[in-house]
Amino acid sequence: MSGRTVAEKILGRAAGKPGAKAGDVLEVTPDVVMSHENTFLVDKAFEQFDLERPWAPDKVVVVLDHRSPANTVQTANAHARIREIVRRMGIERFYDVGEGVCHQLLVEKKLVRPGQLVLGADSHTTTVGAVGAFGAGIGATEMAGIWATGETWLKVPETIKITMTGHLERAVFPKDIALYLASRLGPSGADYMCMEFSGIFLFDISISGRMVLCNMAAEMGAKAAIAPADSTFGAWSPECASLNSGACTSDPDASYHDIIELVAEDISPMVSGPDRVESGRGVEEFEDIEVDQAFIGTCTNGRLEDLIAASWVLKGNKVATGTRLLVAPASKSVLSDALSMGVIQTILEAGGTILPPGCGPCLGAHEGVLASGEVCISSSNRNFKGRMGSEDAKIFLASPATVAASAVKGRIEDPRRWLNVDL
Amino acid sequence: MLTCEGRVWKFGDDVNTDLIIPGRYLDNYDPDHLAKHAMEGISKDFASEASPGDVIVAGSNFGCGSSREQAVVALRGHGVKAIVAVSFARIFYRNAINLGMHVYQSPEAHSMFADGDVISLDSEKNRLRSVDGSREVMLADMPTRPREIVDSGGLIPYVKHIMLERKV
Ligand code: SF4
Repeated sequence: MSGRTVAEKILGRAAGKPGAKAGDVLEVTPDVVMSHENTFLVDKAFEQFDLERPWAPDKVVVVLDHRSPANTVQTANAHARIREIVRRMGIERFYDVGEGVCHQLLVEKKLVRPGQLVLGADSHTTTVGAVGAFGAGIGATEMAGIWATGETWLKVPETIKITMTGHLERAVFPKDIALYLASRLGPSGADYMCMEFSGIFLFDISISGRMVLCNMAAEMGAKAAIAPADSTFGAWSPECASLNSGACTSDPDASYHDIIELVAEDISPMVSGPDRVESGRGVEEFEDIEVDQAFIGTCTNGRLEDLIAASWVLKGNKVATGTRLLVAPASKSVLSDALSMGVIQTILEAGGTILPPGCGPCLGAHEGVLASGEVCISSSNRNFKGRMGSEDAKIFLASPATVAASAVKGRIEDPRRWLNVDL
Repeated sequence: MLTCEGRVWKFGDDVNTDLIIPGRYLDNYDPDHLAKHAMEGISKDFASEASPGDVIVAGSNFGCGSSREQAVVALRGHGVKAIVAVSFARIFYRNAINLGMHVYQSPEAHSMFADGDVISLDSEKNRLRSVDGSREVMLADMPTRPREIVDSGGLIPYVKHIMLERKV
Protein backbone atom coordinates (compact mmCIF):
# COMPACT_ATOMS: atom_id res chain seq x y z
CA MET A 1 0.00 0.00 0.00
CA SER A 2 1.35 3.41 -0.91
CA GLY A 3 1.74 6.13 1.70
CA ARG A 4 -0.72 8.89 2.31
CA THR A 5 -0.83 12.56 1.44
CA VAL A 6 -1.30 15.16 4.12
CA ALA A 7 -4.75 15.91 2.64
CA GLU A 8 -5.76 12.27 3.09
CA LYS A 9 -4.46 12.28 6.65
CA ILE A 10 -6.21 15.46 7.72
CA LEU A 11 -9.58 14.63 6.17
CA GLY A 12 -9.38 11.03 7.39
CA ARG A 13 -8.79 12.26 10.91
CA ALA A 14 -11.64 14.79 10.69
CA ALA A 15 -13.97 11.98 9.64
CA GLY A 16 -12.77 9.34 12.09
CA LYS A 17 -11.62 7.25 9.11
CA PRO A 18 -7.84 7.16 9.38
CA GLY A 19 -7.46 5.00 6.27
CA ALA A 20 -9.24 7.44 3.92
CA LYS A 21 -7.88 7.77 0.40
CA ALA A 22 -8.37 10.24 -2.44
CA GLY A 23 -11.81 9.78 -3.97
CA ASP A 24 -13.54 8.72 -0.72
CA VAL A 25 -16.59 10.77 0.23
CA LEU A 26 -16.43 11.49 3.95
CA GLU A 27 -18.62 12.98 6.63
CA VAL A 28 -16.22 15.41 8.30
CA THR A 29 -16.33 17.56 11.43
CA PRO A 30 -14.24 20.71 10.99
CA ASP A 31 -11.95 21.97 13.76
CA VAL A 32 -12.56 25.61 12.86
CA VAL A 33 -15.30 27.29 10.84
CA MET A 34 -15.10 30.89 9.71
CA SER A 35 -17.46 33.36 8.13
CA HIS A 36 -17.33 37.12 7.59
CA GLU A 37 -20.08 39.58 6.67
CA ASN A 38 -21.86 36.61 5.14
CA THR A 39 -22.53 35.44 8.72
CA PHE A 40 -25.72 37.42 8.11
CA LEU A 41 -26.70 34.90 5.43
CA VAL A 42 -25.45 31.97 7.50
CA ASP A 43 -27.71 33.03 10.34
CA LYS A 44 -30.72 33.52 8.06
CA ALA A 45 -30.35 29.93 6.91
CA PHE A 46 -29.51 28.71 10.42
CA GLU A 47 -32.72 30.23 11.80
CA GLN A 48 -34.68 27.68 9.85
CA PHE A 49 -33.32 24.89 12.06
CA ASP A 50 -34.81 26.39 15.19
CA LEU A 51 -31.61 25.94 17.20
CA GLU A 52 -30.21 28.36 19.73
CA ARG A 53 -26.55 28.20 18.88
CA PRO A 54 -23.99 26.44 16.69
CA TRP A 55 -22.99 22.90 17.60
CA ALA A 56 -19.70 24.20 19.06
CA PRO A 57 -19.55 28.01 19.44
CA ASP A 58 -15.88 27.73 20.43
CA LYS A 59 -15.03 26.46 16.94
CA VAL A 60 -16.73 29.36 15.22
CA VAL A 61 -14.79 32.42 14.08
CA VAL A 62 -16.58 35.52 12.78
CA VAL A 63 -14.75 38.49 11.23
CA LEU A 64 -16.10 41.78 9.87
CA ASP A 65 -13.64 42.63 7.13
CA HIS A 66 -15.23 42.83 3.68
CA ARG A 67 -17.11 46.11 4.09
CA SER A 68 -15.45 47.36 7.17
CA PRO A 69 -16.08 49.99 8.44
CA ALA A 70 -19.57 49.80 6.98
CA ASN A 71 -19.96 51.35 3.52
CA THR A 72 -23.75 51.64 3.47
CA VAL A 73 -26.67 51.63 5.90
CA GLN A 74 -27.50 48.12 4.76
CA THR A 75 -24.02 46.92 5.67
CA ALA A 76 -24.18 48.78 8.99
CA ASN A 77 -27.46 47.00 9.77
CA ALA A 78 -25.92 43.65 8.84
CA HIS A 79 -22.90 44.38 11.05
CA ALA A 80 -25.20 45.31 13.94
CA ARG A 81 -27.15 42.11 13.45
CA ILE A 82 -23.96 40.02 13.41
CA ARG A 83 -22.76 41.63 16.66
CA GLU A 84 -26.07 40.70 18.24
CA ILE A 85 -25.83 37.11 16.93
CA VAL A 86 -22.32 36.45 18.26
CA ARG A 87 -23.23 37.87 21.67
CA ARG A 88 -26.40 35.81 21.92
CA MET A 89 -24.77 32.60 20.70
CA GLY A 90 -21.65 32.89 22.84
CA ILE A 91 -19.28 33.09 19.87
CA GLU A 92 -16.19 34.55 21.53
CA ARG A 93 -13.83 34.50 18.58
CA PHE A 94 -15.42 37.52 16.98
CA TYR A 95 -13.28 40.19 15.30
CA ASP A 96 -14.99 43.48 14.70
CA VAL A 97 -14.32 46.30 12.25
CA GLY A 98 -10.63 47.20 11.91
CA GLU A 99 -9.10 43.98 13.24
CA GLY A 100 -8.15 42.72 9.79
CA VAL A 101 -8.84 40.26 6.98
CA CYS A 102 -10.31 36.93 8.08
CA HIS A 103 -7.60 34.68 6.59
CA GLN A 104 -4.88 36.82 8.11
CA LEU A 105 -6.48 36.66 11.56
CA LEU A 106 -6.90 32.87 11.47
CA VAL A 107 -3.13 32.52 11.13
CA GLU A 108 -1.93 35.58 13.04
CA LYS A 109 -4.10 34.95 16.11
CA LYS A 110 -3.20 31.26 15.93
CA LEU A 111 -6.83 30.24 15.68
CA VAL A 112 -5.68 27.45 13.36
CA ARG A 113 -3.19 24.66 14.04
CA PRO A 114 -1.25 22.37 11.74
CA GLY A 115 -3.25 19.27 10.84
CA GLN A 116 -6.64 20.89 11.39
CA LEU A 117 -9.58 21.00 9.02
CA VAL A 118 -10.81 24.55 8.48
CA LEU A 119 -13.96 25.35 6.52
CA GLY A 120 -14.56 28.98 5.74
CA ALA A 121 -17.38 30.76 3.95
CA ASP A 122 -14.81 32.37 1.68
CA SER A 123 -12.95 31.06 -1.33
CA HIS A 124 -9.50 31.99 -0.02
CA THR A 125 -9.78 29.77 3.04
CA THR A 126 -7.00 27.82 1.29
CA THR A 127 -4.65 30.44 2.84
CA VAL A 128 -4.43 28.58 6.18
CA GLY A 129 -2.55 25.82 4.37
CA ALA A 130 0.49 27.98 5.09
CA VAL A 131 0.48 26.61 8.63
CA GLY A 132 -0.18 23.01 7.66
CA ALA A 133 -3.97 23.08 7.94
CA PHE A 134 -6.43 21.93 5.28
CA GLY A 135 -8.64 24.93 4.49
CA ALA A 136 -11.49 24.83 2.00
CA GLY A 137 -14.12 27.37 1.01
CA ILE A 138 -17.85 26.73 1.23
CA GLY A 139 -21.02 28.84 0.89
CA ALA A 140 -23.24 30.39 3.55
CA THR A 141 -26.01 27.78 3.47
CA GLU A 142 -23.51 24.97 3.88
CA MET A 143 -22.03 26.85 6.84
CA ALA A 144 -25.50 26.99 8.39
CA GLY A 145 -25.76 23.22 7.98
CA ILE A 146 -22.43 22.82 9.79
CA TRP A 147 -23.52 25.20 12.54
CA ALA A 148 -26.52 22.92 13.00
CA THR A 149 -24.90 19.48 12.87
CA GLY A 150 -21.14 19.96 13.10
CA GLU A 151 -20.78 17.99 9.90
CA THR A 152 -20.63 18.17 6.15
CA TRP A 153 -19.52 15.92 3.31
CA LEU A 154 -16.23 16.25 1.48
CA LYS A 155 -14.56 14.22 -1.19
CA VAL A 156 -10.92 13.55 -0.39
CA PRO A 157 -8.99 15.30 -3.16
CA GLU A 158 -6.05 14.10 -5.14
CA THR A 159 -2.93 16.19 -4.64
CA ILE A 160 -0.68 18.09 -7.02
CA LYS A 161 2.77 18.48 -5.56
CA ILE A 162 4.77 21.59 -6.36
CA THR A 163 8.48 21.71 -5.71
CA MET A 164 11.12 24.18 -6.78
CA THR A 165 14.87 24.05 -7.25
CA GLY A 166 17.30 26.96 -7.17
CA HIS A 167 16.96 30.33 -5.50
CA LEU A 168 14.67 33.26 -6.19
CA GLU A 169 16.42 36.24 -7.63
CA ARG A 170 16.26 39.62 -5.91
CA ALA A 171 12.98 41.48 -6.37
CA VAL A 172 11.19 38.17 -7.08
CA PHE A 173 8.64 37.34 -4.41
CA PRO A 174 6.19 34.53 -3.57
CA LYS A 175 3.50 36.49 -5.44
CA ASP A 176 5.58 36.13 -8.59
CA ILE A 177 5.78 32.36 -8.03
CA ALA A 178 2.00 32.27 -7.59
CA LEU A 179 1.31 34.29 -10.76
CA TYR A 180 3.81 32.15 -12.68
CA LEU A 181 2.11 28.98 -11.45
CA ALA A 182 -1.32 30.36 -12.34
CA SER A 183 -0.09 31.09 -15.86
CA ARG A 184 1.05 27.50 -16.17
CA LEU A 185 -1.95 25.78 -14.61
CA GLY A 186 -4.77 28.08 -15.74
CA PRO A 187 -7.93 28.92 -13.77
CA SER A 188 -9.07 25.31 -13.46
CA GLY A 189 -5.74 23.49 -13.57
CA ALA A 190 -6.08 22.42 -9.95
CA ASP A 191 -9.88 22.08 -9.86
CA TYR A 192 -11.01 19.89 -6.96
CA MET A 193 -7.37 19.18 -6.06
CA CYS A 194 -5.15 19.91 -3.11
CA MET A 195 -1.94 21.74 -4.03
CA GLU A 196 0.97 20.76 -1.85
CA PHE A 197 4.01 23.03 -1.77
CA SER A 198 6.92 21.03 -0.58
CA GLY A 199 10.60 20.39 -0.67
CA ILE A 200 13.63 22.32 0.23
CA PHE A 201 12.46 25.55 -1.44
CA LEU A 202 10.01 26.14 1.34
CA PHE A 203 12.87 26.86 3.72
CA ASP A 204 13.41 30.08 1.79
CA ILE A 205 9.81 31.08 2.22
CA SER A 206 8.32 32.51 5.40
CA ILE A 207 4.85 31.73 6.74
CA SER A 208 3.76 35.01 5.16
CA GLY A 209 5.09 33.90 1.75
CA ARG A 210 3.47 30.49 2.11
CA MET A 211 0.18 32.28 2.75
CA VAL A 212 0.56 33.98 -0.65
CA LEU A 213 1.07 30.64 -2.41
CA CYS A 214 -1.80 28.90 -0.62
CA ASN A 215 -4.07 31.92 -1.10
CA MET A 216 -3.54 32.07 -4.85
CA ALA A 217 -4.17 28.31 -5.18
CA ALA A 218 -7.84 29.29 -5.14
CA GLU A 219 -7.27 31.03 -8.50
CA MET A 220 -6.25 27.70 -9.99
CA GLY A 221 -9.43 26.04 -8.71
CA ALA A 222 -7.80 24.20 -5.81
CA LYS A 223 -10.00 22.90 -3.03
CA ALA A 224 -7.15 23.37 -0.57
CA ALA A 225 -3.45 24.10 -0.58
CA ILE A 226 -0.92 23.12 1.98
CA ALA A 227 2.65 23.72 2.96
CA PRO A 228 3.30 20.78 5.26
CA ALA A 229 4.70 21.41 8.71
CA ASP A 230 8.45 21.97 8.87
CA SER A 231 10.95 23.73 11.09
CA THR A 232 9.73 27.21 10.07
CA PHE A 233 6.70 26.46 12.22
CA GLY A 234 8.84 26.53 15.34
CA ALA A 235 9.28 30.26 14.92
CA TRP A 236 5.63 30.77 14.11
CA SER A 237 4.45 28.89 17.13
CA PRO A 238 6.77 27.29 19.70
CA GLU A 239 4.06 24.77 20.62
CA CYS A 240 4.03 23.60 17.04
CA ALA A 241 7.74 22.86 17.16
CA SER A 242 7.02 19.84 19.31
CA LEU A 243 4.18 18.75 17.07
CA ASN A 244 4.02 15.19 15.82
CA SER A 245 4.70 16.33 12.28
CA GLY A 246 3.98 12.89 10.78
CA ALA A 247 0.31 13.82 11.01
CA CYS A 248 0.90 17.05 9.12
CA THR A 249 3.16 15.94 6.28
CA SER A 250 2.78 13.52 3.40
CA ASP A 251 4.49 10.14 3.51
CA PRO A 252 7.52 9.90 1.21
CA ASP A 253 5.74 7.25 -0.89
CA ALA A 254 2.38 9.06 -1.10
CA SER A 255 0.83 9.07 -4.57
CA TYR A 256 0.20 12.31 -6.43
CA HIS A 257 -2.01 13.30 -9.32
CA ASP A 258 0.91 15.29 -10.68
CA ILE A 259 4.25 16.69 -9.61
CA ILE A 260 5.27 20.10 -10.90
CA GLU A 261 8.91 21.07 -10.57
CA LEU A 262 9.61 24.78 -10.82
CA VAL A 263 13.02 26.31 -11.38
CA ALA A 264 13.40 29.46 -9.29
CA GLU A 265 15.64 31.18 -11.83
CA ASP A 266 12.85 30.90 -14.47
CA ILE A 267 10.67 33.23 -12.43
CA SER A 268 11.00 36.99 -12.77
CA PRO A 269 8.71 39.78 -11.51
CA MET A 270 5.30 38.99 -12.99
CA VAL A 271 2.23 41.02 -13.89
CA SER A 272 -1.15 39.53 -14.77
CA GLY A 273 -4.11 41.21 -16.33
CA PRO A 274 -6.55 42.47 -17.17
CA ASP A 275 -9.49 40.16 -16.41
CA ARG A 276 -7.66 36.85 -16.23
CA VAL A 277 -5.38 35.77 -13.39
CA GLU A 278 -3.65 33.23 -15.62
CA SER A 279 -2.51 35.90 -18.08
CA GLY A 280 0.72 36.59 -16.15
CA ARG A 281 3.92 37.43 -18.01
CA GLY A 282 7.16 39.21 -17.19
CA VAL A 283 6.66 42.81 -16.01
CA GLU A 284 8.65 44.15 -18.97
CA GLU A 285 5.75 43.30 -21.30
CA PHE A 286 3.46 45.75 -19.48
CA GLU A 287 5.76 48.68 -18.96
CA ASP A 288 4.06 51.37 -21.00
CA ILE A 289 0.69 51.04 -19.23
CA GLU A 290 -0.29 54.12 -17.22
CA VAL A 291 -1.59 53.53 -13.70
CA ASP A 292 -4.36 55.53 -11.99
CA GLN A 293 -4.47 53.54 -8.78
CA ALA A 294 -1.91 51.32 -7.08
CA PHE A 295 -3.22 49.15 -4.24
CA ILE A 296 -1.25 47.18 -1.66
CA GLY A 297 -3.16 45.01 0.79
CA THR A 298 -5.51 42.00 1.05
CA CYS A 299 -5.27 38.44 2.31
CA THR A 300 -2.74 37.84 -0.46
CA ASN A 301 -0.20 40.60 0.12
CA GLY A 302 -1.10 42.94 2.96
CA ARG A 303 1.33 41.61 5.55
CA LEU A 304 4.35 43.21 7.20
CA GLU A 305 6.76 41.58 4.75
CA ASP A 306 4.77 43.10 1.89
CA LEU A 307 4.64 46.59 3.35
CA ILE A 308 8.38 46.43 4.03
CA ALA A 309 9.10 45.40 0.43
CA ALA A 310 6.98 48.32 -0.77
CA SER A 311 8.81 50.71 1.56
CA TRP A 312 12.20 49.69 0.11
CA VAL A 313 10.97 51.06 -3.19
CA LEU A 314 9.15 54.07 -1.76
CA LYS A 315 11.90 55.30 0.57
CA GLY A 316 12.94 58.75 -0.60
CA ASN A 317 10.64 58.64 -3.63
CA LYS A 318 7.24 60.12 -4.43
CA VAL A 319 4.13 58.62 -5.93
CA ALA A 320 3.78 60.00 -9.47
CA THR A 321 1.41 62.90 -10.09
CA GLY A 322 -1.87 61.53 -11.42
CA THR A 323 -1.42 58.20 -9.62
CA ARG A 324 -2.79 57.36 -6.17
CA LEU A 325 -1.31 54.73 -3.87
CA LEU A 326 -3.64 53.02 -1.38
CA VAL A 327 -2.32 50.72 1.32
CA ALA A 328 -4.57 48.57 3.53
CA PRO A 329 -2.60 46.55 6.10
CA ALA A 330 -4.02 43.03 6.43
CA SER A 331 -4.55 43.45 10.16
CA LYS A 332 -4.29 45.85 13.07
CA SER A 333 -1.19 44.08 14.26
CA VAL A 334 0.45 44.43 10.82
CA LEU A 335 -0.42 48.13 10.93
CA SER A 336 0.99 48.49 14.42
CA ASP A 337 4.26 46.68 13.55
CA ALA A 338 4.64 48.68 10.35
CA LEU A 339 4.11 51.85 12.34
CA SER A 340 6.78 51.08 14.89
CA MET A 341 9.22 50.15 12.14
CA GLY A 342 8.70 53.44 10.33
CA VAL A 343 7.23 51.71 7.29
CA ILE A 344 3.96 53.61 7.51
CA GLN A 345 5.86 56.89 7.74
CA THR A 346 7.76 55.99 4.57
CA ILE A 347 4.52 55.23 2.74
CA LEU A 348 2.93 58.48 3.89
CA GLU A 349 5.99 60.55 2.99
CA ALA A 350 5.94 59.03 -0.48
CA GLY A 351 2.35 60.24 -0.82
CA GLY A 352 0.48 57.00 -0.11
CA THR A 353 -2.86 56.75 1.69
CA ILE A 354 -3.35 54.30 4.56
CA LEU A 355 -6.72 52.53 4.68
CA PRO A 356 -8.08 50.71 7.74
CA PRO A 357 -7.15 47.02 8.05
CA GLY A 358 -9.63 44.88 6.11
CA CYS A 359 -10.35 43.88 2.54
CA GLY A 360 -10.44 47.51 1.40
CA PRO A 361 -11.07 48.01 -2.31
CA CYS A 362 -10.25 44.36 -3.19
CA LEU A 363 -13.86 43.45 -3.91
CA GLY A 364 -15.08 46.78 -5.20
CA ALA A 365 -17.33 47.62 -2.29
CA HIS A 366 -15.69 50.86 -1.13
CA GLU A 367 -12.44 52.69 -0.30
CA GLY A 368 -11.01 52.97 -3.77
CA VAL A 369 -13.60 51.90 -6.33
CA LEU A 370 -12.36 52.35 -9.92
CA ALA A 371 -13.89 54.70 -12.50
CA SER A 372 -14.53 53.58 -16.06
CA GLY A 373 -11.41 53.54 -18.12
CA GLU A 374 -9.13 53.55 -15.08
CA VAL A 375 -6.18 51.22 -14.57
CA CYS A 376 -5.27 49.71 -11.22
CA ILE A 377 -2.23 47.66 -10.31
CA SER A 378 -2.98 45.63 -7.21
CA SER A 379 -1.30 43.19 -4.85
CA SER A 380 -4.60 41.27 -4.53
CA ASN A 381 -5.53 37.96 -6.10
CA ARG A 382 -8.28 38.67 -8.64
CA ASN A 383 -8.35 40.96 -11.66
CA PHE A 384 -11.79 39.90 -12.88
CA LYS A 385 -13.70 42.40 -14.96
CA GLY A 386 -15.73 44.71 -12.71
CA ARG A 387 -14.22 43.35 -9.51
CA MET A 388 -12.94 46.66 -8.14
CA GLY A 389 -15.61 48.96 -9.54
CA SER A 390 -16.43 49.90 -13.11
CA GLU A 391 -16.60 47.10 -15.65
CA ASP A 392 -14.52 49.28 -17.92
CA ALA A 393 -11.63 49.52 -15.48
CA LYS A 394 -8.57 47.32 -15.92
CA ILE A 395 -6.92 45.51 -13.03
CA PHE A 396 -3.37 44.14 -13.09
CA LEU A 397 -1.93 41.93 -10.36
CA ALA A 398 1.63 42.02 -9.12
CA SER A 399 3.82 41.78 -6.02
CA PRO A 400 3.81 44.69 -3.55
CA ALA A 401 7.27 45.76 -4.77
CA THR A 402 6.04 45.94 -8.36
CA VAL A 403 2.92 47.83 -7.26
CA ALA A 404 5.05 50.33 -5.32
CA ALA A 405 7.47 50.80 -8.23
CA SER A 406 4.53 51.36 -10.56
CA ALA A 407 3.05 53.96 -8.18
CA VAL A 408 6.30 55.91 -8.23
CA LYS A 409 6.71 55.68 -11.97
CA GLY A 410 3.04 56.28 -12.80
CA ARG A 411 3.28 53.36 -15.22
CA ILE A 412 3.69 49.64 -14.68
CA GLU A 413 7.33 49.35 -13.70
CA ASP A 414 9.97 46.71 -13.13
CA PRO A 415 10.77 46.64 -9.38
CA ARG A 416 14.32 45.48 -10.11
CA ARG A 417 15.19 49.03 -11.14
CA TRP A 418 14.29 50.21 -7.65
CA LEU A 419 15.83 47.38 -5.71
CA ASN A 420 19.38 47.61 -7.01
CA VAL A 421 19.24 44.73 -9.39
CA ASP A 422 21.34 44.95 -12.56
CA LEU A 423 19.08 44.44 -15.52
CA MET B 1 -37.81 15.91 -10.10
CA LEU B 2 -37.58 18.80 -12.49
CA THR B 3 -38.95 19.48 -15.90
CA CYS B 4 -38.40 22.82 -17.46
CA GLU B 5 -38.89 24.38 -20.81
CA GLY B 6 -37.36 27.64 -21.89
CA ARG B 7 -34.49 29.17 -23.76
CA VAL B 8 -30.78 28.45 -23.58
CA TRP B 9 -28.49 31.14 -22.19
CA LYS B 10 -25.12 30.15 -23.48
CA PHE B 11 -21.84 31.21 -21.87
CA GLY B 12 -18.21 30.30 -22.41
CA ASP B 13 -15.44 29.03 -20.12
CA ASP B 14 -14.40 30.41 -16.72
CA VAL B 15 -17.47 32.55 -16.05
CA ASN B 16 -16.55 33.90 -12.60
CA THR B 17 -18.85 34.97 -9.80
CA ASP B 18 -17.85 38.63 -10.23
CA LEU B 19 -19.44 38.41 -13.69
CA ILE B 20 -22.50 36.58 -12.36
CA ILE B 21 -23.06 39.11 -9.57
CA PRO B 22 -20.49 41.87 -8.95
CA GLY B 23 -19.31 42.46 -5.37
CA ARG B 24 -20.61 46.02 -5.36
CA TYR B 25 -24.20 44.75 -5.19
CA LEU B 26 -23.69 42.36 -2.31
CA ASP B 27 -24.50 44.70 0.54
CA ASN B 28 -28.16 44.18 -0.27
CA TYR B 29 -29.26 40.57 0.32
CA ASP B 30 -32.68 40.93 -1.31
CA PRO B 31 -33.01 38.21 -4.03
CA ASP B 32 -34.92 40.58 -6.36
CA HIS B 33 -32.16 43.16 -6.13
CA LEU B 34 -29.53 40.48 -6.89
CA ALA B 35 -31.59 39.13 -9.80
CA LYS B 36 -31.72 42.60 -11.31
CA HIS B 37 -27.95 42.56 -11.70
CA ALA B 38 -27.48 38.90 -12.62
CA MET B 39 -24.85 38.30 -15.33
CA GLU B 40 -24.40 42.05 -15.63
CA GLY B 41 -20.73 41.68 -16.40
CA ILE B 42 -21.23 39.31 -19.30
CA SER B 43 -24.71 39.70 -20.80
CA LYS B 44 -26.70 42.81 -21.66
CA ASP B 45 -29.99 40.93 -21.87
CA PHE B 46 -29.99 38.25 -19.20
CA ALA B 47 -31.23 40.40 -16.31
CA SER B 48 -34.14 41.82 -18.33
CA GLU B 49 -35.11 38.74 -20.32
CA ALA B 50 -34.29 35.54 -18.44
CA SER B 51 -37.45 33.82 -17.28
CA PRO B 52 -38.62 30.69 -15.47
CA GLY B 53 -37.72 27.50 -17.28
CA ASP B 54 -34.62 28.91 -18.94
CA VAL B 55 -31.45 26.85 -18.71
CA ILE B 56 -27.86 28.05 -18.57
CA VAL B 57 -25.50 26.10 -20.81
CA ALA B 58 -21.88 26.93 -20.10
CA GLY B 59 -18.33 25.88 -20.84
CA SER B 60 -15.78 24.71 -18.32
CA ASN B 61 -15.14 25.99 -14.78
CA PHE B 62 -18.50 27.78 -14.46
CA GLY B 63 -18.78 29.89 -11.31
CA CYS B 64 -15.08 30.19 -10.50
CA GLY B 65 -13.89 32.85 -8.08
CA SER B 66 -15.57 33.94 -4.89
CA SER B 67 -17.67 31.73 -2.60
CA ARG B 68 -20.59 34.16 -2.78
CA GLU B 69 -23.78 32.17 -2.70
CA GLN B 70 -25.59 35.22 -4.06
CA ALA B 71 -24.38 34.11 -7.51
CA VAL B 72 -26.83 31.22 -7.35
CA VAL B 73 -29.51 33.37 -5.73
CA ALA B 74 -29.24 35.94 -8.54
CA LEU B 75 -29.78 33.27 -11.23
CA ARG B 76 -32.53 31.56 -9.28
CA GLY B 77 -34.25 34.92 -8.96
CA HIS B 78 -35.11 34.60 -12.67
CA GLY B 79 -36.55 31.13 -12.25
CA VAL B 80 -33.46 29.38 -13.61
CA LYS B 81 -33.52 25.93 -12.06
CA ALA B 82 -30.85 24.11 -14.03
CA ILE B 83 -27.31 24.71 -15.25
CA VAL B 84 -25.53 22.41 -17.67
CA ALA B 85 -21.80 23.04 -17.95
CA VAL B 86 -18.72 21.25 -19.22
CA SER B 87 -17.47 21.60 -15.64
CA PHE B 88 -18.13 23.66 -12.52
CA ALA B 89 -15.89 25.41 -10.02
CA ARG B 90 -16.29 23.50 -6.80
CA ILE B 91 -17.71 26.11 -4.41
CA PHE B 92 -20.29 27.26 -6.97
CA TYR B 93 -21.24 23.62 -7.58
CA ARG B 94 -21.82 23.03 -3.87
CA ASN B 95 -23.70 26.31 -3.45
CA ALA B 96 -25.98 25.47 -6.36
CA ILE B 97 -26.80 22.05 -4.93
CA ASN B 98 -27.30 23.46 -1.45
CA LEU B 99 -29.83 25.92 -2.85
CA GLY B 100 -31.65 23.17 -4.77
CA MET B 101 -30.37 24.01 -8.26
CA HIS B 102 -29.97 21.13 -10.72
CA VAL B 103 -26.40 21.08 -11.99
CA TYR B 104 -25.22 18.74 -14.69
CA GLN B 105 -21.79 18.18 -16.07
CA SER B 106 -21.98 17.52 -19.77
CA PRO B 107 -19.14 17.53 -22.25
CA GLU B 108 -21.58 17.67 -25.22
CA ALA B 109 -24.35 20.14 -24.44
CA HIS B 110 -22.16 23.19 -24.95
CA SER B 111 -21.28 22.33 -28.52
CA MET B 112 -24.75 21.07 -29.37
CA PHE B 113 -26.93 23.99 -28.31
CA ALA B 114 -26.83 27.62 -29.32
CA ASP B 115 -27.77 30.72 -27.39
CA GLY B 116 -31.54 31.26 -27.67
CA ASP B 117 -32.41 27.65 -28.56
CA VAL B 118 -35.71 26.59 -27.06
CA ILE B 119 -35.15 23.43 -25.06
CA SER B 120 -36.70 21.19 -22.46
CA LEU B 121 -34.98 19.45 -19.59
CA ASP B 122 -36.30 16.39 -17.83
CA SER B 123 -34.39 15.52 -14.67
CA GLU B 124 -35.97 12.10 -14.32
CA LYS B 125 -34.94 10.97 -17.75
CA ASN B 126 -31.75 13.05 -17.50
CA ARG B 127 -32.49 14.44 -20.92
CA LEU B 128 -31.91 17.83 -22.48
CA ARG B 129 -33.50 18.29 -25.90
CA SER B 130 -34.44 21.02 -28.30
CA VAL B 131 -38.19 21.51 -28.42
CA ASP B 132 -38.27 20.89 -32.16
CA GLY B 133 -36.81 17.46 -31.44
CA SER B 134 -33.78 17.95 -33.66
CA ARG B 135 -31.12 17.58 -30.96
CA GLU B 136 -30.88 15.69 -27.71
CA VAL B 137 -28.25 15.12 -25.06
CA MET B 138 -28.40 12.54 -22.31
CA LEU B 139 -27.02 13.98 -19.09
CA ALA B 140 -25.00 11.93 -16.63
CA ASP B 141 -26.79 11.52 -13.31
CA MET B 142 -25.63 13.82 -10.52
CA PRO B 143 -23.46 12.04 -7.92
CA THR B 144 -25.45 10.42 -5.10
CA ARG B 145 -25.04 13.00 -2.34
CA PRO B 146 -25.68 16.08 -4.49
CA ARG B 147 -28.69 14.33 -6.00
CA GLU B 148 -30.15 13.56 -2.57
CA ILE B 149 -29.70 17.17 -1.49
CA VAL B 150 -31.26 18.61 -4.65
CA ASP B 151 -34.14 16.12 -4.48
CA SER B 152 -34.85 17.28 -0.92
CA GLY B 153 -35.12 20.83 -2.24
CA GLY B 154 -31.70 21.97 -0.98
CA LEU B 155 -29.48 21.62 2.06
CA ILE B 156 -31.85 23.14 4.62
CA PRO B 157 -34.66 20.60 4.12
CA TYR B 158 -32.04 17.86 3.73
CA VAL B 159 -30.37 18.66 7.06
CA LYS B 160 -33.74 19.10 8.79
CA HIS B 161 -34.61 15.60 7.68
CA ILE B 162 -31.34 14.20 9.03
CA MET B 163 -31.87 15.98 12.35
CA LEU B 164 -35.34 14.47 12.64
CA GLU B 165 -34.04 10.99 11.88
CA ARG B 166 -31.36 11.33 14.55
CA LYS B 167 -33.95 12.31 17.14
CA VAL B 168 -36.15 9.30 16.37
S1 SF4 C 1 -8.93 40.63 0.86
FE1 SF4 C 1 -10.06 40.34 -1.05
S2 SF4 C 1 -9.72 38.21 -1.62
FE2 SF4 C 1 -9.09 38.44 0.53
S3 SF4 C 1 -10.90 37.84 1.74
FE3 SF4 C 1 -10.99 40.07 1.42
S4 SF4 C 1 -12.22 40.36 -0.44
FE4 SF4 C 1 -11.57 38.22 -0.40
